Amino acid sequence: MANDNVQMWTELNIDLKSHDMLLSALGPIFQEVYLSQKNRPAGMGFYDFVVGDIHGIRVRELREHAKNGGKVVATYCVFVPEELVWAADAIPVGLCAGTQFSVPMAEEVLPRNTCALIKSSFGFRLGRVCPYVQASHLIVGETTCDGKKKMFELLNQYQPVYVMEVPNKKTERSRQLWHGEVLAFKDVIEKLTHNKITAEKLGQAIDLVNARRLALQRLYNLRKVSPVPISGKDALLATQVSFYDDAKRDTQMLTALCDELDKRVAAGQGVVPANAPRILISGSPMAIPNWKLHHIIESAGAVVVCEESCTGTRFFSDLVKPTKNNLEEQLKAISDRYMNIHCACFTPNDERPDDVVRLAKEYKVDGVIHYNLQFCHTYANEAVKMEKRLEKEGIPLLRIETDYSDEDKGQLRTRIEAFLEMIKK
Amino acid sequence: MISAGLDVGSRTIKMVTFDTVVKDSVVIETGTNPLRRCQELMSGRDYGRLVVTGYGRHLVAPALGGEVVSEIRAFAIGARYLYPDCHTVIDIGGQDCKVILMSPEGEVQRFEMNDRCAAGTGKFLEIMANTLEVEVGELGNLALNASRKVQINSLCTVFAESEVVSLIARGEEPGAIALALHDAIATRISTMARRVGIRERVVFAGGAALNKCLLKLVGEKLSVTLTVPDEPQIVGAIGAAILAGQKR
Repeated sequence: MANDNVQMWTELNIDLKSHDMLLSALGPIFQEVYLSQKNRPAGMGFYDFVVGDIHGIRVRELREHAKNGGKVVATYCVFVPEELVWAADAIPVGLCAGTQFSVPMAEEVLPRNTCALIKSSFGFRLGRVCPYVQASHLIVGETTCDGKKKMFELLNQYQPVYVMEVPNKKTERSRQLWHGEVLAFKDVIEKLTHNKITAEKLGQAIDLVNARRLALQRLYNLRKVSPVPISGKDALLATQVSFYDDAKRDTQMLTALCDELDKRVAAGQGVVPANAPRILISGSPMAIPNWKLHHIIESAGAVVVCEESCTGTRFFSDLVKPTKNNLEEQLKAISDRYMNIHCACFTPNDERPDDVVRLAKEYKVDGVIHYNLQFCHTYANEAVKMEKRLEKEGIPLLRIETDYSDEDKGQLRTRIEAFLEMIKK
Repeated sequence: MISAGLDVGSRTIKMVTFDTVVKDSVVIETGTNPLRRCQELMSGRDYGRLVVTGYGRHLVAPALGGEVVSEIRAFAIGARYLYPDCHTVIDIGGQDCKVILMSPEGEVQRFEMNDRCAAGTGKFLEIMANTLEVEVGELGNLALNASRKVQINSLCTVFAESEVVSLIARGEEPGAIALALHDAIATRISTMARRVGIRERVVFAGGAALNKCLLKLVGEKLSVTLTVPDEPQIVGAIGAAILAGQKR
């Protein structure tokens, strides 16, 4: 198995030496952050297995798919409508960009004051340490921030990149622009795969992705219970894996996990005591293996019960509205659904503070931690409005700005512990 | 019952024993083995419970059988004990600086703290004192006696040091450079304080509160009179010791 992996990585032109270092760094981190947790649901076994062979089995599936003439489409953002990819018998994979490991590699090219997510993703390609990138036939970027936008131009020198234009406002004109982008993306995918996207195929793809969204919604609804039956770290991992696992299998695994959690809830069994402070995290996405903030919070005795982020509610809270099997209506439903993601790239974006206030109540949280990656100007600036709004609502807020490195762990720990002392009843 | 508080900071360790008043207090350097320093400091002392704060709290507390509290809460409690009408604490320590706003009941209401590097903290002053070839304790007086004003724009220790070096090379008087450095720190902490919101009485704590120039500039920028405790460094340790006494 291990040897098979090495052979596959060699074929994918992976830098084996660096890649070895990456994988051997991940093991102990996963042990410390995940496997040392007590009272985990048995259903997390699947996710442990997936991370344990993170660059093996799933990559092999993608390779098999490619050998049979299928295409692999890599994405970085929840704006890319994956239904269109599935409908053309291609496989979408959300790329991870959550480790400090690849940041120095990126800094050989990118400006240092670029956010860690952009640097990490670019570093993976530059350093040839991500088999998912190597195995993909097309990378689809988007214009959700200036840093990414320009990084994609550079990435295009190494691998084919297509960029979707996400508008910056929510006006009718912007909606039209976005709808045009969705139509253009359909053409791009059809051209890449030489497959025609039919209404029937697209209908199936919509159902496939909606089913996974419903399963994630169910998981998150279970986190509203007190005592909460699953740790924030475990729920985050399940969400992160959903970005690159097979959608059908992922739905099954999530369903099994939720069935188990249902039993826990019925038995009143929590993963932490009922009086543990409940935290909502809002802000920048946490790509795998970025578990830094959750780990600090949960090590201090609190529990994360919800993430208002692209690796959280923004990923699945809206479904594509089911329509008749009619391409025109389906495409309209898709563009409406994606345009309704309350990303900080929009101005204004007042729906997002509304969401956070609503979620804070639904999940009965004791406090909100606003998290933004350093140099992520959209989320950092939006935090100012968020702070005012939450103050008005009487919801305690801590603002954290950080990156993937460990250098600020001590200070973060102090601030988070002080925040928890402050909100403890 | 005597309780003890330890504040294991990046530069110094502060120890306080307390019953209804402060019985004893010690300030020593942290050095490279803070745990051993703390063990030596506490051995043979008679105390009931112990609470540890400061950046070394998680290292020291388990070994000495104490509980932990964040510096934020420890400083709030300590300052409130020393000044029952205190509502804001400004603390500039060895490698961090913070502003804490308290409710009328003395609970932490809001706080800000520097988030990674030691820009604008005690360590910054130490390094700049070194560059200007004076003791850190003399840096404030040097600045107060400046005959003119110059500007230093950077708070990053590395960049500011280059600025200092070029000012020296230009023949600038050391006092003016020192004043500019103090002004940069005072601006930063005042901005932080305004973001948190300040309510009087404002207590200025931490080792940097001993610096007269900083005291003057921060007070001017915030237009408030700052209260400096007799021993501004031990405020967090006092808070920890009081908490230890309350825990049952």
